[in-house]
Amino acid sequence: MNSGPEKTTVGLFVTCLVDLMRPSVGFAAVKLMEDAGCVVEVPAAQTCCGQPAFNSGDRGNARVIAMQVIAAFEAYDHVVAPSGSCAGMLKLHYPELLADDPGWSARAEAFAAKVHELTSFLVDVLGVQAVSADYGETVTYHDSCSGLRELGVRDQPRLLLDSVEGLSLTEMENADVCCGFGGLFCVKYSDISNAIVAKKTDKIAATGATTLLAGDLGCLMNMAGKLSREGRTVAVRHVAEVLAGMADETPIGGERKAKG
Amino acid sequence: MGVEITSPNFKANAREALDDNSLQKALGLTVEKGFIKKRRLAADALPEFEALRDAARDIKNHTLDHLDLYIEAFEKKVVENGGHVHFAEDAAAARQIALDICRKAGARTVTKGKSMITEEVGLNDFLQENGIVPIETDLGEYIIQLRGEHPSHIIAPAIHVNKAQVEAEFRRVHTALPPDRDLREPESLLAEARGILRDRFLAADVGVTGANFCVAETGTTIIVTNEGNGDLTQTLPRVHVVFASIEKIVPTLEDASQILRVLARSATGQDMSVYTTFSTGPKRPEDPDGPEEFHVILLDNGRSALLGTPFQEMLRCIRCGACMNHCPVYQAIGGHAYGWVYPGPIGSVLTPAVIGIEQSMHLPSASTFCGRCEGVCPMRIPLPKLMRLWRDKAHDEKVVPTAQRFGLGLWVLLARRPKLYHLAMSVGMPLLAAFAGSRGRFRSLPFAGGWTRHRDLPAPQGRTFQQQWRARRFGR
Ligand code: SF4
Repeated sequence: MNSGPEKTTVGLFVTCLVDLMRPSVGFAAVKLMEDAGCVVEVPAAQTCCGQPAFNSGDRGNARVIAMQVIAAFEAYDHVVAPSGSCAGMLKLHYPELLADDPGWSARAEAFAAKVHELTSFLVDVLGVQAVSADYGETVTYHDSCSGLRELGVRDQPRLLLDSVEGLSLTEMENADVCCGFGGLFCVKYSDISNAIVAKKTDKIAATGATTLLAGDLGCLMNMAGKLSREGRTVAVRHVAEVLAGMADETPIGGERKAKG
Repeated sequence: MGVEITSPNFKANAREALDDNSLQKALGLTVEKGFIKKRRLAADALPEFEALRDAARDIKNHTLDHLDLYIEAFEKKVVENGGHVHFAEDAAAARQIALDICRKAGARTVTKGKSMITEEVGLNDFLQENGIVPIETDLGEYIIQLRGEHPSHIIAPAIHVNKAQVEAEFRRVHTALPPDRDLREPESLLAEARGILRDRFLAADVGVTGANFCVAETGTTIIVTNEGNGDLTQTLPRVHVVFASIEKIVPTLEDASQILRVLARSATGQDMSVYTTFSTGPKRPEDPDGPEEFHVILLDNGRSALLGTPFQEMLRCIRCGACMNHCPVYQAIGGHAYGWVYPGPIGSVLTPAVIGIEQSMHLPSASTFCGRCEGVCPMRIPLPKLMRLWRDKAHDEKVVPTAQRFGLGLWVLLARRPKLYHLAMSVGMPLLAAFAGSRGRFRSLPFAGGWTRHRDLPAPQGRTFQQQWRARRFGR
């Protein structure tokens, strides 16, 4: 086996939601990066990126978690997350959290420079232009807020989707508008969140697409949960699963086929 | 005294707003289909728009860094021009100064152009209590004054009121007009309001306006309007009183015109508002018209305490309303739910600074941090970051509810101990998946009511990623 020094090592930051709720997204991410020639590792000392604490005003604990993640990942050439929201946290907010800590600020900056959202890593860093996968469905793509506005993830997933055999993309109106998830927001301000996601599912349904894709599991679970509550039959998947040709998994929130 | 605060009831307010069909319709039409589209067209049509935003930000940053000097310069110029500048530390002081000016002028009625600062200090109620009748002359403000309400949007105050409601209000109040008149067209409503207001303009003793800018170089105050009511308000009465907060100062006319180029475009998508009116002191002997007295009341109300803190950035705000127009939360609930004067992202940052975080904790909390507000703010104010700073304060001062603190504490305990975390989850997740069975989702789940009230909760797949990954690696 060829694992010369030229091979790029990637630490996969799985994200807590993928780890707990939908491991198939993690395996899809691993496959996409391995296909592109990377060596992928998954440090065990990872839990969550710390956003629940950070967004609740608990900087102290957010800082401790940031240090924990940095220490676990800083040895890799790159750190990649299948989520714009968590990648944004690692890349933009860790340095901000640790800016005043002389022992950590430089480490946080160096770490942040290596952090990428998955599709942006594939396209912008590795130069991947196409994947080998097929998916014979009409899909629509939701731009999750942090990925879009913090990291500039917009064209990369679309470029890769364009190379998927049999797939056609129908854009929804307001693809760049928030789905109402917002982490704890969706349970704390459940009524408002519901009004926002209901607008989103209307736009999704209006495209006639049979599959909804996005790059963040939180948003996907929110939209999938609303679609199924409304009795709509759109299948919901993480974009990585389709790109990796691993779309035979049951869709998010979908009914399970009995396994043999 | 002052504006009633209902921010602590934010959730209930929001629920009410979500059930208000006419509000929902208005928000969809005016905000989502109107303002947003118009702003995008205006911004796209101007190649230097992004560069202008940078310039506007830099102008205000510079001004705020030297605010004391520019305020002094402004005051000096106003006085040179024959006007007066009054400093008001808080709302009560500002109201009192205005009342004293009105009393000295023997005023019985006061006409008013649109001014959020007078809303902030609760001027109308105060004048009324003291026997002086305030009359709003901006059509939207006039409508909500009749209805006994406050603005629900900073540039479109009556955005929540539909045409039929306006007609009903006019029929109720304008009883001197023939009851069988035709008010079906928006134009006829406008014409009727104009007719009524014309007499009021002529009868008023004092005219009150706000200010979009106070120019230090010349002692000029500037307002932008689309109805021209501001001009009549400030030129016809004998006394003109300008209400402005301290951050409205800009150094030069050139600076003001730079910022004007982003203001209307961000607000309504116009290149310029219909009227841009400059007021420089009272009438001079050779002037054919204008007020005999010119007063500027400069309100602080907690703002100077923000200087030199991270919240200073908020003081760049030019009140264009773009942040609320683009906010999914504002679009869902409108302005009144926020429970004080300023709604939307700008309100969520400014309100805690004025009324305190204890009362207004919901405002900065009720955001998804989607970042669209910051993306459109012409002054590049990092609104999500500032909302987060208020959350930090709320957390430090322990105004966060106990249940939330407890839940977060439990989560932190696990998140900080990866081994324990993976052990717990590798047991918990397969159980949860089994519990969901073949349905693949939960319609309800204990402790997840906030989620499952409105949507299903997708079930986990089973074993965690970490569990499966270790097993594969170990097996290999
Ligand atoms: S915060 Fe920015 S977008 Fe919002 S009203 Fe002020 S200037 Fe406009």
